[in-house]
Amino acid sequence: MSRDISRRTFLGRSALGAAAALLPVTLVNVVFGQKKGGAAQKAKAAGDKTDFTFAYISDAHIQQISGNKFVRNWDQGLKRAVAEANLLIPRPDFVMFGGDLGQLGKKEELDHGAEIMSACKYKTHYVMGEHDFYLDMGACWEKLFGKQYYSFDHKGVHFIVLNSILTYDSWNKKWPSAMERMVQMAGLDNPLGSPFMVGEAQRKWLAADLAKVDKNVPVILFSHSPIQKIYKGWNFWTEDAEKVQALLKPFKKVTVIYGHVHQIQYNQIGNISFNSVMATAWPWPYPQSYALAKSSLPVLTVPMNRADPFFERDATGWQFIDVNSGKVAANYLLTDNENRTVKYNRKTGRPEDVKYQNKRTAAQEHY
Amino acid sequence: MTRNSIIISGVMLLVFGFIYADTFTKEDVIRWQKEFDAAAKYGRQLWENSASFKLGTNNVACAQCHPNATNTHPETYPKFQKQLGRVVSLAEMVNWCIINPLEGKPLKLDSKEMVALLAYIHSERRGVKLAPGKH
Ligand SMILES: [Fe+2]
Ligand SMILES: [Fe+2]
Repeated sequence: MSRDISRRTFLGRSALGAAAALLPVTLVNVVFGQKKGGAAQKAKAAGDKTDFTFAYISDAHIQQISGNKFVRNWDQGLKRAVAEANLLIPRPDFVMFGGDLGQLGKKEELDHGAEIMSACKYKTHYVMGEHDFYLDMGACWEKLFGKQYYSFDHKGVHFIVLNSILTYDSWNKKWPSAMERMVQMAGLDNPLGSPFMVGEAQRKWLAADLAKVDKNVPVILFSHSPIQKIYKGWNFWTEDAEKVQALLKPFKKVTVIYGHVHQIQYNQIGNISFNSVMATAWPWPYPQSYALAKSSLPVLTVPMNRADPFFERDATGWQFIDVNSGKVAANYLLTDNENRTVKYNRKTGRPEDVKYQNKRTAAQEHY
Repeated sequence: MTRNSIIISGVMLLVFGFIYADTFTKEDVIRWQKEFDAAAKYGRQLWENSASFKLGTNNVACAQCHPNATNTHPETYPKFQKQLGRVVSLAEMVNWCIINPLEGKPLKLDSKEMVALLAYIHSERRGVKLAPGKH
């Protein structure tokens, strides 16, 4: 029995009072699905143990101005996502943070981000982003959050976290200072940057990790960069994507969930479904908006609406992911815009937008 | 100088001025292009390092939201900006961004910095058809 999103309650009514105190007033106006007791009971009776929900918050880009002053806009995005995730009903089993917690990998930024995240009531796993990494090659991040790549099992699903934002050693060593290296990698469109990669050591680890997993067990892999090639100029790209995909090929149900792109993307390559997650900080233009370069946004993707800059939080947000019999539905909670759901369609064998897959609107046109 | 010679040199100036005004060399064109490129290059620096040029007050850079100046749509301006309720120029929108996300002070519309930002935005949008008013 699959649980339908429309029958779920996002915010419990009793929680709304508490929420109003914490959150911008607009949140209480957001309409979420109604809770229906019968539906919830039926799902329980069906007893499908592999069905569960986790929340996904990503790309907060906490940015220090000086001392204890941080960019208010980005702080608000993360605080709001955490406060909203805390109200999710049914409770998510855990939270993922998808990388780019800081802007320039500074201890002050990561500490401040970790402090905001500490308000989150659930067990949280972290993914490394390039903005967290290139100042000290992940040292400060590791102290706060642990290993850069790891795996865990939950309710019959094998979860893998990769650090996909590594690059060539020669590039790492070419800069006069650690901060210079960080700044160069932080510029999304910087031609002096370098392509992301998982790298040989980690691929070896991944092969060994997957060798212990039954091929029928659903696998969900988290990375910061897309493990597919969309646009190299902005590192919507992982250099050894095909090699990682090959390791995942023998498994029946595979989903890759990635951050970094600050926008809704999804794709299906062979057996692998791809879903991106939103940023809490700011949205990025779709790569086809850059008229001077060629890119390949998956044709499957129905883009999110063009952002309205006059709404500070438009086209930002967070998401909760329903895992149903090993495949995912990504529910995008878009502050200041209509929520979207991209769900794996068992009939067509690919992720699809449940509302807009075959009827795009003018606002979804990016140029 | 006699009155006549003044008239004559005035006429000469007119004649030669006329000829010179419509005449330029390949070198001129190269130089003028270089002038534009320098403005666009300065614009790119402002775009990337907005904080060090003090465009804003919060360390946020234009490039953070607009890589390669995307989602600026220079070809659509002037246009009716629904949020402002009137037809505005691209420069006004640049200032809107400086005031709001960058928390800075608006640039003078004819300042070197504003012109450079516009030069950069347009240079990243070469070849795109003009579409004034398009939303
Ligand atoms: Fe990011
Ligand atoms: Fe990133």
